[in-house]
Amino acid sequence: METVKLTIDNKQIEVQKGTTILKAAREMGIDIPTLCHMELHDLKIENKPGGCRICVVEVQGRRNLAPACITKCDEGMVVRTHNPRVLNARRTVMEFILSDHPKDCLTCPKSGRCELQDMAVRLGIRDIPHQDISEMSTYRLDTSPSIIRDLDKCIMCRRCEMMCNEVQTVGALSGINRGFTAAVAPAFEQNLEYSTCTYCGQCVAVCPTGALTEVDHTPEVLRALADPSKTVVVQTAPAVRAALGEEFGMEPGTSVTGKMAAALRALGFDYVFDTDFAADLTIMEEGTELLGRVDKFLKGDKNVKLPILTSCCPGWINFFENNFPELKDVPSTAKSPQQMFGAIAKTYFADKINIKREDMVVVSVMPCLAKKYERQRPEFSVNGNPDVDYSISTRELASFIKQANIDFLNLSDEEFDRPLGESTGAAVIFGNTGGVIEAAVRTAYELYTGKKLDKVDFEQLRGMEGVRKATIDFNGLPLNIGIAHGLSNARKLLNDVKAGKSEFHAIEIMACPGGCIGGGGQPLHHGDSSILMARAKAIYDEDASKTLRKSHENPYIKQLYDEFLGEPNSEKAHHLLHTHYFDKKKKIIVKQ
Amino acid sequence: MHLLVCGGTGCRASESDLIVENLKKELEEKGLQNEVQVIMTGCFGFCEKGPIVKVMPDNTFYVQVKPEDAPIIVAEHVIKGRKVTRLLYTDPTKKEHVSDSKHMGFYRKQIRIALRNCGFINPENIDEYIAREGYQALGKALQEMTSAQVVDEIKKSGLRGRGGGGFPTGLKWEIASKNKADQKYVVCNADEGDPGAFMDRSVLEGDPHSVLESMAICGYAIGATKGLIYIRAEYPLAIKRLQIAIAQAREYGLLGNDIFGTGFDFDIELRYGAGAFVCGEETALIHSMEGCRGEPTNKPPFPAESGFLGKPTNVNNVETFASIPVIMLKGAEWFASIGTEKSKGTKVFALAGKINNVGLIEVPMGTTLREVIFEIGGGIKNGKKFKAVQTGGPSGGCLTEKHLDVPIDFDNLIAAGSMMGSGGMIVMDEDDCMVSIAKYFLDFTVEESCGKCSPCRIGNKRLYELLDHITKGNGTMADLDSLKNMCYVIKDTALCGLGQTSPNPILSTMNNFWDEYLAHVVDKKCPAGQCRDLMMYSINAEKCVGCTACARACPVGAISGERKEPHSINPAICIKCGACFEKCKFNAVVIN
Amino acid sequence: MSSIKIELRKEDIDKINEVCASFNNEPLELINVLHKCQEHFGYLPAEVQEVVAEQLNIPVAKVYGVVSFYSFFTMTPHGKHPISICMGTACYVRGAEKVLEEFKKELGIQVGQTTPDGKFSLSSLRCVGACGLAPVVLVGEKTYGRVAPDDVKKILKDYEG
Ligand SMILES: Cc1cc2nc3c(=O)[nH]c(=O)nc-3n(C[C@H](O)[C@H](O)[C@H](O)COP(=O)(O)O)c2cc1C
Ligand code: SF4
Ligand code: SF4
Ligand code: SF4
Ligand code: SF4
Ligand code: SF4
Ligand code: SF4
Ligand code: SF4
Ligand code: SF4
Ligand code: FES
Ligand code: FES
Ligand code: FES
Repeated sequence: METVKLTIDNKQIEVQKGTTILKAAREMGIDIPTLCHMELHDLKIENKPGGCRICVVEVQGRRNLAPACITKCDEGMVVRTHNPRVLNARRTVMEFILSDHPKDCLTCPKSGRCELQDMAVRLGIRDIPHQDISEMSTYRLDTSPSIIRDLDKCIMCRRCEMMCNEVQTVGALSGINRGFTAAVAPAFEQNLEYSTCTYCGQCVAVCPTGALTEVDHTPEVLRALADPSKTVVVQTAPAVRAALGEEFGMEPGTSVTGKMAAALRALGFDYVFDTDFAADLTIMEEGTELLGRVDKFLKGDKNVKLPILTSCCPGWINFFENNFPELKDVPSTAKSPQQMFGAIAKTYFADKINIKREDMVVVSVMPCLAKKYERQRPEFSVNGNPDVDYSISTRELASFIKQANIDFLNLSDEEFDRPLGESTGAAVIFGNTGGVIEAAVRTAYELYTGKKLDKVDFEQLRGMEGVRKATIDFNGLPLNIGIAHGLSNARKLLNDVKAGKSEFHAIEIMACPGGCIGGGGQPLHHGDSSILMARAKAIYDEDASKTLRKSHENPYIKQLYDEFLGEPNSEKAHHLLHTHYFDKKKKIIVKQ
Repeated sequence: MHLLVCGGTGCRASESDLIVENLKKELEEKGLQNEVQVIMTGCFGFCEKGPIVKVMPDNTFYVQVKPEDAPIIVAEHVIKGRKVTRLLYTDPTKKEHVSDSKHMGFYRKQIRIALRNCGFINPENIDEYIAREGYQALGKALQEMTSAQVVDEIKKSGLRGRGGGGFPTGLKWEIASKNKADQKYVVCNADEGDPGAFMDRSVLEGDPHSVLESMAICGYAIGATKGLIYIRAEYPLAIKRLQIAIAQAREYGLLGNDIFGTGFDFDIELRYGAGAFVCGEETALIHSMEGCRGEPTNKPPFPAESGFLGKPTNVNNVETFASIPVIMLKGAEWFASIGTEKSKGTKVFALAGKINNVGLIEVPMGTTLREVIFEIGGGIKNGKKFKAVQTGGPSGGCLTEKHLDVPIDFDNLIAAGSMMGSGGMIVMDEDDCMVSIAKYFLDFTVEESCGKCSPCRIGNKRLYELLDHITKGNGTMADLDSLKNMCYVIKDTALCGLGQTSPNPILSTMNNFWDEYLAHVVDKKCPAGQCRDLMMYSINAEKCVGCTACARACPVGAISGERKEPHSINPAICIKCGACFEKCKFNAVVIN
Repeated sequence: MSSIKIELRKEDIDKINEVCASFNNEPLELINVLHKCQEHFGYLPAEVQEVVAEQLNIPVAKVYGVVSFYSFFTMTPHGKHPISICMGTACYVRGAEKVLEEFKKELGIQVGQTTPDGKFSLSSLRCVGACGLAPVVLVGEKTYGRVAPDDVKKILKDYEG
């Protein structure tokens, strides 16, 4: 490998050719500040517009300062990262940025974890000159079912645009206007609601400021908890437990399942349940559907739709309804675990405790912003009463716990309530990319072959590659499995499906890079992909520590079928646990 | 006999097409249509005195011709061989008629290389170009020289880019020729966004083939077979003439496959700008040609390495290209013998502003500003005093009295605190306020900033606001310090050439007209009497006859006084609209 | 979701499709396509941009991003007589600003606006290349040179009725 030698702040360093000054400096422990730059190394995602100019450094012999984030090291380069010229420039640029920024920190949803706020502190900004004569750029506030866009706080880092266009290939956002009025927005500065946004929340997950935030449902949840006539049931998604601790200063990758259950109980939820239960249920339904389609296919049915696509991610559902409506009978019809849970809670469980569905409030805690949108889809309610009433994100739950003075770190572990709180290891791994399909394989294998698996870990389905393939031997039937996370990767596989040349029998798709551990509602990773890796590991560890690791072994799932649903894919199961999809591609109507 | 009528934009704006029509009609009536040809050419340069009609072969130069002058030109000059003295140019100092342009002050010091054909040929007829050695340079290159020899020749000529940066053209070609790729591109930058500049436009309108020929030579030199001309949509006439020229060149086999039977293929397409100054910057230009927002990107990589569609691309300016065929034919030594040590050849300027002879001029490098302004330009309009000359457009600066004897070349202008830029040269007189001029340019850059980087997006706006503050009389000495600091930081940190130079108009006026800034800040006065907020209107009681005209004109009732008694203005009410000043026939209203 | 439906007349859709097809529905040609569409419709309403996006198979947000970047493209129809005042440096130093002010006053509109009767719209541009005639005003295709504020009323009179 070719290397170059250079001097940064009087110290010599040798780095690989092509390394940026920023990386070289970080290798030697010099942390040049950055705002727009973001790199998720393990996911091969990089945002480097070179726009904020906070990272400028002096390079000897160069007329102007160099942006460290995009300037490559040259042989013999002499770099100064903090002389008076650099510090003055950095501060002045920061003053520019802040001069066009609302001073709303007290009430800003990002306060305390805002990269801009941190930078102001770090650069010791105490005053913004000429405020009295400085015009601010102003935009219309946009509230969608999931996301709030407050572009007054946008600093044009373009991370959201990159996520939406390159990582997700959704293309809902673009740079618009120019100069002082430039911003990132949907077409015609319309609301996100009228765009092709999937609500995956990846833009929110990377926005350094309060310009993009989630819609906060905690006040409504609080009101429900305060209402004595309501029975409030909470469910928590698998990925939440692997990340919630970070909001309380715990190491990334600390699993806090027991503390979380205790905190929810302390908050006053009447029943603390687990979405994992519904994840097991999803496997029963989806796995059965998969085997059914494969079976028909093997028997020569030419009309059967293969590959089957998983359907537990609402961001992905939105994506294909917008972009591939012609494939709308290809995905599994199984609802997402959140919605399965709601449907069962408000029927089976409401009956069990003998209350009316109107008196039950189902709250979900999700790593996900698309779930906020999903819960209000009209098909998921009965006479106007939604199966899931509110969906709060991991971040909102953390803030809620803090508001309630709960000393999270010192809580003793507690268990979920029964029956909807019991789950297997298969359900836990739903949080990682590849987890859903691995869980499905564990169950489908045993149901199909009638044999017990000796080894339930399918390493070949794990990892962070954007698109992965594996073939699993089902007793002589080689089942081809595809996995994609991040919607650009999904798009690749879907184009093949559309063209009729997909090699797969089943494909798992997760909208968020990394799967739900990297969801739009998770604690912010601020571009540190090692956090995502740690969360993924926590999930696999939790699975490994469970005694029950296959969905069909969950005794309460068995009980649910025995007592209520009959068998997987039964008529009742179809009615409650399955759905159908819509063509939402924008229609151009011919005016008469 | 030939009648050449200027078809440049300036003259067409004064109905020169009607002159052509009338001349033709008149000639036809007299049955002379076969003996006398009427040709519409490109700009003659002397736009101030347009419309121009030149009679060949006797070189009679008629100025300010009106359509209704057609009959007399035909009757007197064409038929009787008598010059129409009324339409001849009058030398302003000697008060004599001059009929041959060679003897006019405006033309005497000019050497025309890039403009050699403008005003001589019909740009819509390739034969006329060929008759003046057109396409011989291409033939020579293809048939007698290797690519490397062509590059060498250009290198030896010392030609530097005329688009503003002054980068050695031969070196640029050499780099592009060395980068290996399956496809390379030659791009002609005809965006000419400088407000007050029309050099490139005049070349394209007057001599489009010289650019096409030269692009083909460049293609041969660097190994490209495709050429693109990026031209602003605001130049419809230039576009039309280029389209005609391309079609004719293809028809003659001078573009297309196997040119001159040498096996060399080269063709040219047009791409249109859409009103963005920043698209003159080469990376922005390339993005714009790719159908995107014209946002610049960091260099390196330079276009020569990765340009249009990621392929090696050589970008040159129109005037740069227009000079090349002559260099190829007359030789590098000849070209290098003109000009100064480091800037060879000639430069075209669009001379405008408060000057007697507005127009397009081409002078050898090394000509002084004094020669340009007072000899060629004929001095300041209306006998006013010269104050400053602005070169380099929004990136340049204002030079003053003490720079008048600076020989114009790339390096001298930079040393003097301005720059060559693309060739706009705006002359200002004592009535121009230099703070306002700086503000004017900042207004331009604020509007034209692409918005990608914070120093330019926000910083320029802040500069503008602070200048505005100063012109309103609210500035302080501390503001001047702050202004300077912001200027330096923006130059130091902005991403592209636009932001890196946008503070130049402020810095150069601060350097050369510091007193004027002080007057605004300390004395709260605008010495040029331009800044409205700093004016005080009052009535000189001795001159006032009490006619009440002013009081009736005042929109806010600030003027009081009895009929036939001296009036007075209440400064607390006066909004400084100037209506009273205009109305008073006795010069009794005074401004200070 | 994409519950907003776009309505356009068939012939307009056909026209846009034809323009896009003439550029092989090539996304690189977006700006050329938009020029042609604006030439035809006089402006680029959201509906047109939607169809262009669909045809070129690019996100409509991107099309809008491009339209809103370039000052030549407009989403509001121009007046019957579009008035442009040159604010290039040559015209500026010869008093173009005062001429612009006068137009604003006479028409009661700002730059970028159209009079309520749709007759005049006002814009400023930079150097039309007739600096010898500064200050320069364009009304439609017609160029007026050496315009003084006092001439404004006269110019507007040419378009009365
Ligand atoms: C903001 C900005 C605007 C520019 N505008 C133009 C322009 O209108 N025409 C031009 O030829 N070059 C322009 N340039 C310079 C080009 O980037 C480029 O250097 C030039 O076209 C190269 O050609 P040359 O080497 O022949 O000069 C501009 C540069 C900047 C930074
Ligand atoms: S975005 Fe950050 S800096 Fe801005 S108001 Fe919110 S917390 Fe404060
Ligand atoms: S940080 Fe300052 S502004 Fe914010 S709450 Fe505390 S005292 Fe108030
Ligand atoms: S939520 Fe996802 S799809 Fe929607 S704008 Fe953000 S990144 Fe794009
Ligand atoms: S909305 Fe947020 S992520 Fe997007 S550009 Fe603005 S600050 Fe960056
Ligand atoms: S991957 Fe998970 S977090 Fe992301 S949208 Fe899908 S369900 Fe939500
Ligand atoms: S300097 Fe100005 S024009 Fe250039 S990239 Fe930055 S914002 Fe855009
Ligand atoms: S300048 Fe205008 S406002 Fe002031 S006194 Fe004269 S007419 Fe009245
Ligand atoms: S117009 Fe002049 S002379 Fe007449 S009242 Fe006014 S100031 Fe006096
Ligand atoms: S971090 Fe380098 S320019 Fe923003
Ligand atoms: S336009 Fe006629 S001389 Fe310049
Ligand atoms: S500046 Fe107005 S025409 Fe050139």
